Amino acid sequence: MKKILVIGLLIVLFAGCAKKEDPNSITVWHWMTDRNAAFIQLARQYEQQTGIKVNFELYAPSDAYSQKITATAQARALPDIFGVLGEKEVFASFIKNGHVADLTDEYKLNDSAWESELFPKALAPNVFLEGNIYKVKPGIYGVPIDVTNMQMLYNKNLLKQAGISEPPKTMAQFFKDIAALKRVGVSGLVAGWGEDWMIDCFASNYAFNIMGEDKIMATYRGEIPYTDPDWIKVFNVFKQLTDSGALVPGVVTKGNKYAEQDFALERAAFAFNGSWCVNVYHAMNPKLEYGVMLPPKVNEALAMRIWGTGSSFVVNGQSAKKQKAIDFLKWLTATQQQVQFAVETRNLPANKKALSSIDPILSGFAKGTDYATHPTVWDINENDQVSEKFIKGIQSIIIGDKTPQEVAGEVQAVKEKIMERKDRKEQTK
Amino acid sequence: MPELINKNNKAIMTRNYFTSFLFILPAIVIFCIFYIYPFIDIFKLSVLEWNGIDAVNFKENFVGLQNFMDLLKDGGWWHSLGNAGFITFIALTLQNILAFALAFACDRELRMKNFYSVVFFIPPVLSEVVVGLVWTWILNAGIQNGEQIGLLNHLLVKTGLPHLVNDWLSNPSTALPCIAIVHSWKGFGWGFLMFLAGLQTIDKQLYEAAKVDGAGNWSILKNVTLPMMVPVILVVVVLTILGSMQAFILIISMIGRSGLVDYTSVPVTEILDSMLDHHLGYACAQGVTFGVILIAISLGSKFISDRMKQV
Repeated sequence: MKKILVIGLLIVLFAGCAKKEDPNSITVWHWMTDRNAAFIQLARQYEQQTGIKVNFELYAPSDAYSQKITATAQARALPDIFGVLGEKEVFASFIKNGHVADLTDEYKLNDSAWESELFPKALAPNVFLEGNIYKVKPGIYGVPIDVTNMQMLYNKNLLKQAGISEPPKTMAQFFKDIAALKRVGVSGLVAGWGEDWMIDCFASNYAFNIMGEDKIMATYRGEIPYTDPDWIKVFNVFKQLTDSGALVPGVVTKGNKYAEQDFALERAAFAFNGSWCVNVYHAMNPKLEYGVMLPPKVNEALAMRIWGTGSSFVVNGQSAKKQKAIDFLKWLTATQQQVQFAVETRNLPANKKALSSIDPILSGFAKGTDYATHPTVWDINENDQVSEKFIKGIQSIIIGDKTPQEVAGEVQAVKEKIMERKDRKEQTK
Repeated sequence: MPELINKNNKAIMTRNYFTSFLFILPAIVIFCIFYIYPFIDIFKLSVLEWNGIDAVNFKENFVGLQNFMDLLKDGGWWHSLGNAGFITFIALTLQNILAFALAFACDRELRMKNFYSVVFFIPPVLSEVVVGLVWTWILNAGIQNGEQIGLLNHLLVKTGLPHLVNDWLSNPSTALPCIAIVHSWKGFGWGFLMFLAGLQTIDKQLYEAAKVDGAGNWSILKNVTLPMMVPVILVVVVLTILGSMQAFILIISMIGRSGLVDYTSVPVTEILDSMLDHHLGYACAQGVTFGVILIAISLGSKFISDRMKQV
């Protein structure tokens, strides 16, 4: 009798621990602090319209979010909707392990009605083409909710103070403007280069401008060394920026939040930032007068390419509520919701028809979309360890520790080591 | 008859051992689940080349001790250990000397000593993130309208020392010392509290006896206070080493996650980098190596502590 009682008690206890799944609710994990309020508002509206409760759970900063997603994937406990950050290789791993649902059929329904509503550039990072190097089944695996791109901003008042009538288009002009700004005691360029990817992004813009896409991809494949004169020119951009005193003090350890604060509080005339900054600057200083410009060119012969992508959500491939999650994402990317999202978050919408509702300053960013590219749409990405050496090398140039040639040599040495290891591994196989 | 007594004693002793073992069993189980098992599991992962997303496949991903071999040749890793060693050295010296001096002062007949005790314990209870942000503002090197924004640089200019103005957190020669000093500032309260508790346990009659024998203040400190404080000092030293070697929140808060090239990297930031770069196997090898280093330091300190107690 005693035994039965104990077993009964244990069953009651453990039954209480089991998580009760609500069939009429879906969970979304994201990292977008600045868009959280808008998501919650939209989720409330969706519940009123459909009776489906959408729980948006914010995990920031993005590094911590990435770690959480990776760890949860191992436990096969990912939410119904989430986002995958990082390179395409990481995204491919999530797909190949069944964590991400293939949405191609949904996009193709009704003569591709859903797909045709969205900007192709916003959709591109979620697309895997036939014969992709990641060996992922061709298809569309994610849903873009907005479009972002990285450009330069200029403070109209500070430029006027220095007698500069229009923003620079070339690097030579930029350095002249920096000298003029210095004469009136105004700092030049601020950027969140305490965050690796922001240095990588700026350097990548100039790599495209100096040598073009084919040569960059050839370098990633190991066919061209980082000691090539064109790569030295890329490293040299940072040396020139340092030598000319164009960078604000401490830029090399500055997080983007601090960089945004510096520009919003008019401590620097130029900033390098993403289109989300419109929302951030508005919150920090609504009276700030600024414009958007492409980073000034070094090489007139080639186009300046900027990083542009969007924030995307994916549907958990193992979720029991897959269809509910897809329905919600369709609703979220429909014109009406995208207009609301764009207005409230001051971000570029992923839906083409919602573009007319954007903040005027964002139209400058929208124009830049034509020049946008991103590692997630490239055929190949550089190895993480090489990228890390590349970024640390640029930091060394900015603090005056190393020359562009020294950094190029060190990056190439890591590249060769990685290539050797790859060859060895393939031979073993 | 004596044999029977011996047998009974043995039975009682066995039962006592068993009962004692039962008392510590929950602790052993918790220790095994949360410390031993993860450590073994991490070691298992450290012999794989694994990105953290794919399912673990020992046959395909096994690389033997390659990750450890790579770690031995990884200059960045050893540099980060050196940086952690520097922070630890500053903490052992500056932080603990300051903590001991203040505890010594508060143990005397000092006015408002309770107030000072509370004030000295404020930095340790503050969040490392908050401390980092406050010091980032103090050490800021930015300029607006020709004026220094950072408090320290502003004070240097106002006190006629503009030549000392520095980009404190982005200058390779000052970034790590700044972190080490802030880490010591934040941590000295713990040492202070432990030293004060230790000082208060010393029998006051010993001081009086020394005074009767004609000993001066320095002599009392050297021959009475310090020898009596050896066990406490050793505990503080071990805790300081373990705490300082693992410091990283303050660094991320002050410098950012990317760090200043390799000048501010510490083992934990290196492990974090490997994890975020999806080199989980290598990150686990770093974790195991770092764990072994810390265990060795702890055992070494215990050995020294035991030797000193015998002396």
